[in-house]
Amino acid sequence: MGFQFLINILIMLLWASLQQSYHSSDLLIGFVIGAIAVYFLRGALNESYYMKKVWALVKLIGLFIKELVLANYDMVKIVLNPRLKKDVKPGIIAVPTTLKYDWEITVLSMLVTLTPGTLTMDYSLDARTLYIHSMHVDDRQKVIDDITNSFERAIREVGE
Amino acid sequence: MIEILISIFIIGGCLLSLIGSLGIIRLKDIYGRMHAATKSATLGVILIIIGTFITFMGRGTLLFSLFFTILFVFLTAPVAAMIISRSAHRIGVELWENTQFDELHDSYPEELKPERDNSKAEEISTR
Repeated sequence: MGFQFLINILIMLLWASLQQSYHSSDLLIGFVIGAIAVYFLRGALNESYYMKKVWALVKLIGLFIKELVLANYDMVKIVLNPRLKKDVKPGIIAVPTTLKYDWEITVLSMLVTLTPGTLTMDYSLDARTLYIHSMHVDDRQKVIDDITNSFERAIREVGE
Repeated sequence: MIEILISIFIIGGCLLSLIGSLGIIRLKDIYGRMHAATKSATLGVILIIIGTFITFMGRGTLLFSLFFTILFVFLTAPVAAMIISRSAHRIGVELWENTQFDELHDSYPEELKPERDNSKAEEISTR
């Protein structure tokens, strides 16, 4: 990953110096040419193409923005609900996670906090279980499935 | 034309901040209030920053440093919410009586379990 990116940057600088101008547009063109060159080199490097990870990151950010907007819609509905006492049933649930690295779990807990109806409260000692305060726990399994199916998968794609 | 766009973003951001504040008053326990404070405030700040960015873009300056504000809010708001609600839970702040499960309480070791009387939460929060 790091090596591919380094080659890409070197090709970009080479392109800019051949053009004898270092404007941002020249650097951008150089970067695109570098990315294409690395794409054809990927067989020799024994790694998967690194733009795949960048694309996974873009997808993760897109998912996150969508969830943030939904979270706010959800929050508006809860706050302006006149029958707050009857409709809202919060609860604290333990959500197991299969993510391996610490940074992945940090990102997961941040995303959980900023998404509909959930707030990370604590983690277990081995950091493999997150304790999440949720505003809708009618169906406990559904909350867990939502987190595992959307965020965990998106983060794992970036991490691999 | 650009004024309308700016107004939509800034008024939207202000409304979200207002709703976040209303949520802090209306929800009954500290955990629900952290929900209102983090989510609405984050998107509210983002919308206001985008509005500001468009304003300056209309005048011909691109202030990309404004987006660092968004980055820092993203980094700090969830952490603050987590630490505040965790500390509150550990010292035994009451949960709202509608709360269904409390699996975090079960996970504490026996000698560290705080005392908690959830039926009092509403009375305490409106005092």
